[in-house]
Amino acid sequence: MIWDTYALLVAASLNAGTVLAFAALGLLINEKAGVVNLGAEGMMLCAAMAGFACVVHTGSDGLGFVVGMLVGAGLAGIFGVLTIWLGSNQYATGLAMTLFGTGISAFVGTSYVQSTLPERTHFQVPFLSDIPWLGNALFKQHPLVYAAVLLSLAMIYFLNKTRQGLILRGIGENPDSAHALGYPVRRLRLWAVVFGGSLCGLAGAYLSVIYTPLWVEGMVAGKGWIALALTTFATWRPGRVLLGAYLFGFVTMLQFHLQGAGVDVSSEFLTMLPYLANIVVLVMISRNSDWIKLNIPASLGKPYSPSA
Amino acid sequence: MLRLDARPEVSGFWKYGSPWLALTLTALMGLALFAALGKDPLRGLQMFFWLPVQNMRAWGELLVKATPLLIIALGLAVAFRANVWNIGAEGQYILGAIFATGVALTASHTSSAWIVVVILAAGVLGGLLWSAITAVLRDRFNANEILVSLMLVYVAVQMLMFLVNGPWKDPQGFNFPQTPTFAQPTQVPKLIPGVRVNIGVLLAMVGVVAVWFFLFKTRAGLEHQVNGMAPAAARYAGFSSRKALWSSLLFSGGAAGLAGALEVAGPIGQLTHNFPTGYGFAAIIVAFVGRLHPIGLVFSALLMSMFYIGGEMAQSRMGLTKSLTGVFQGLLLFNLLACDTLLHYRLRWLRNPS
Amino acid sequence: MMSERFTPASNAPRIRLTGITKRYGEVLANDSISLTLMPGEIHAVLGENGAGKSTLMKIIYGAVKPDAGNISINGQTEKLQSPQMARSLGISMVFQHFSLFNTLSVSENIWLGLDSALKLEEVSQSIIDKGKTYGLDIEPKRMVSTLSVGEMQRVELIRALLTEPRVLILDEPTSVLSPGAVEKLFAVLRRLACEGCSILYISHKLNEIRSLCHSCTVLRDGRVTGHCDPRITSHGDLSRLMMGAEPPTQLTRQPTQGYKVLALDNVSVHREDPFGIDLKAVSLQVRSGEVLGIAGVSGNGQKELMRVLSGEDLRPHAGSVTLSGQDLALLGPMQRRQLGLHFLPEERLGRGAVPDLNLCLNLLLTRQEAISYTKLLGGLINSQTLQAQAARIMARFRVKASGPQARARSLSGGNLQKFLVGREIDAKPQVLIISQPTWGVDIGAAALIRSEILALRDKGCAVLIVSEELEELFEISDRIVVMAQGQLSPAVLTSQASLLQIGAWMSGLWREGSDAQA
Repeated sequence: MIWDTYALLVAASLNAGTVLAFAALGLLINEKAGVVNLGAEGMMLCAAMAGFACVVHTGSDGLGFVVGMLVGAGLAGIFGVLTIWLGSNQYATGLAMTLFGTGISAFVGTSYVQSTLPERTHFQVPFLSDIPWLGNALFKQHPLVYAAVLLSLAMIYFLNKTRQGLILRGIGENPDSAHALGYPVRRLRLWAVVFGGSLCGLAGAYLSVIYTPLWVEGMVAGKGWIALALTTFATWRPGRVLLGAYLFGFVTMLQFHLQGAGVDVSSEFLTMLPYLANIVVLVMISRNSDWIKLNIPASLGKPYSPSA
Repeated sequence: MLRLDARPEVSGFWKYGSPWLALTLTALMGLALFAALGKDPLRGLQMFFWLPVQNMRAWGELLVKATPLLIIALGLAVAFRANVWNIGAEGQYILGAIFATGVALTASHTSSAWIVVVILAAGVLGGLLWSAITAVLRDRFNANEILVSLMLVYVAVQMLMFLVNGPWKDPQGFNFPQTPTFAQPTQVPKLIPGVRVNIGVLLAMVGVVAVWFFLFKTRAGLEHQVNGMAPAAARYAGFSSRKALWSSLLFSGGAAGLAGALEVAGPIGQLTHNFPTGYGFAAIIVAFVGRLHPIGLVFSALLMSMFYIGGEMAQSRMGLTKSLTGVFQGLLLFNLLACDTLLHYRLRWLRNPS
Repeated sequence: MMSERFTPASNAPRIRLTGITKRYGEVLANDSISLTLMPGEIHAVLGENGAGKSTLMKIIYGAVKPDAGNISINGQTEKLQSPQMARSLGISMVFQHFSLFNTLSVSENIWLGLDSALKLEEVSQSIIDKGKTYGLDIEPKRMVSTLSVGEMQRVELIRALLTEPRVLILDEPTSVLSPGAVEKLFAVLRRLACEGCSILYISHKLNEIRSLCHSCTVLRDGRVTGHCDPRITSHGDLSRLMMGAEPPTQLTRQPTQGYKVLALDNVSVHREDPFGIDLKAVSLQVRSGEVLGIAGVSGNGQKELMRVLSGEDLRPHAGSVTLSGQDLALLGPMQRRQLGLHFLPEERLGRGAVPDLNLCLNLLLTRQEAISYTKLLGGLINSQTLQAQAARIMARFRVKASGPQARARSLSGGNLQKFLVGREIDAKPQVLIISQPTWGVDIGAAALIRSEILALRDKGCAVLIVSEELEELFEISDRIVVMAQGQLSPAVLTSQASLLQIGAWMSGLWREGSDAQA
């Protein structure tokens, strides 16, 4: 019997980790191109709100995801234009996005707080879901969970083997060189930002439509910030980002598991766990500053203007 | 088509003009928002821009809200000028309130009036200790202060929940998550009897003068700012970046803690689970809109309070939700960032793109 | 060595520029420039810093569009829209500040610089083949961050060659090369010219131009001041075309070596920057009343050495860094300045000065005189004293700016450097260390700076200069050492040193057959 609960814990971790994974992979593309978007939390909230509202009205999950992605992309586009073309400080603008996103999602979402979504069928991978224990642990997830895995593999390939991926990395490292070679640095950065934003949007929509099908003000609860931290301590590698996301999913689920197992710790301390874990991992990774210096996209966060 | 040309010098006109333009744009967007919601746009604007300043009593309420914002923003301005991004001021604000509550709960109606001083000092200590965690992790381990201080906000909120649901819960409070009301001597003295404004305003004013003096008249202030403007030059000159980091975080943490203590021992009088109202985050906007300058902060703190009060009024009188405040605040910051482009660039309207 | 007799491969000019004009705000970078380039010709573009050479090249290369004028390539008028378009017309450029990506390999870098649809493996093979043909060997799989500066230039060159260029533009290619490497480069260029490729060679070094190039266009203040054949034009005539005046006369020297002032004793530190160099057993002495010059190509440890001397790097052991016998090893930059050691780095905006602060406040980076009541928060700033101090320095060093309140970033490179050098010299230091004193600075300012340095030396100061320009070092230093791969050569008297010897030492070869020790 005890093994069954562990299988469920693994499954829940994958589920929880998927939200983080999509957001962090989106932020990774941003940062590889040299742009840090602190507005992740705000974008995810708005996308969660929009996706949820869409499903309430149309009943289609798929449409909800698309709407979430569009909202994320749109907000990221505003951020991109402000920081890339108008030269505003990336950190301040990202913060503004979060504050604004928090406010407007709460505002627009007030009428949806009581809404619920219809019950859905649970997804299973044919054949594989019948494997004892592993089936329960790994193969009874929503398709998007598997999509996240595929996405991270695709990104590994893209960033290391394709010309466009190399150019993206080049822009993040040395935009002046890329410009001298004739690449449209600003336009490519905007694409990266918008694409990253759409993934953050997908993460937000997944959160409100599938993960906890409801809408509450501030429901992202810091996952956007954790995703930002994830890209740093995964040293900007998609594979590590995915694993890190699952690790954090695990820590998040651990609190429910422990409560269910009757561990005698106040629920508030258990709720703190993911955030404390985030700090601990951040400290562990940041200690070796050489390691960071070797892996960080060198122009990250710095303003760029083409020197004509 | 529009084109942006770089200016050789920062535009002096737009340096002061841009916040006003941003405010105007925000007001216009507000009008559009009200209209889209089917509410009278002019009445909505009245809620936000006229009612909060229409009489002395309204100004009193404005000052009550502006004081904590100003105090926190003073701390943040000092930190941001050294490129230390203390985003977790909300957490330090909460810890300040927690420490202050700890002292306040020991008081009874026979306690000396000087206990207020202890309460405020405890608040400063609480905020300071919380920000010191971020400082030590950044100093020793290079951990990014934005992420650490932010994570600590969530931790602080949980600590607050634990305390008001557990050890500090009011036994006569009908099981609500709140502490008992503090005894009378703990209340922060009012400025003038009968008005809600308390001496926090004086503390804020002292803060404005002190920060102005530090930043612009002392060598330490210059060293501090060079660390933010050009870190390599600071190293070259021998200006300690460690000192800038610690003084930034300790000062802004202490300021946020003081604000927390003033709030909990002043207008509110007890610690409840509703205490975190987001002042720590709003203060970030106050700092930017005020251009990180002590005098500018006074104006932007008053402006942001107007938004808070406007939001409350819009809720009670027009049936809109209070979260409208957050929308306006976010819009203001966005518009400011966009308008700030004009400081460095000139807009040109081209007939034919050459 | 004179180049071969030049006969154009055909009669049609490969490139003809007429009336090229480009304005940036108030500055006229290029003023109606005309230039003709024949196939197989090596054509020099000569001018001092700020003459407009870089802008002109960017126009030819397609990165910048001219405001007026005509470009014709192989007889056809073209409007170059982008570097890709220029490349497709056979124009290729080797940049002065390389356009390479540190975290990518050599082949990946070159792949990104080519427009063809080749696969990465094919590009790697072409790199090896091209390298063999021209004697430029480089391993395609190496990460660029591990390459030396000379190797990086080889990568840039191969990238340009792989586009089968008909025109190759080189922007100040020898600033990063030792004399031996310069000869190798010239061999490659001469071979290319024989094969019919035209070469545009940008430089301000008269000796190189006279040795390599068939023809020369001289620019000054954005305008063409003359076309000539450098092989038959005298040094003086070229200088006059470039500067509008006689070259500055050799500065006389009266070295009076005194006692040892600054000493480094066997300092070894590991690099702080993962892309930097370790310092290995570095020792040097500078005496009062002398100028010691450190020669060497950038990237051989000069940055790390400067950080040890200035006090920004405090890792050396106690006693290994001394000033007149006093141990400096644990003292930071401010304390070293109080003892009389002043330093000016090569990076001006951002390190030597804060760009957004005005000149007065920038004084406070290294000077204390305008501070009073030092006990209170580091001291109070006395604005009037500061203003007077800044005005005095600006007058003595002829700094052109709108006033002491001007922001550092608004000054031209030369004027800012004059101010910064003035700031340090005005402090009457015991030891003055300057890195790249006249880099990117116009001829007039460079002459002023050099003469002030020598005047300071004559008053008894010990001066240490790091410079990439061997000519400058030979002009003003009394003794020379060479820095290579994190180590310092023995010192030699400048009067007894030869360019050949110094060039050889730049490859680290001083251990064999040591010459006169000084």
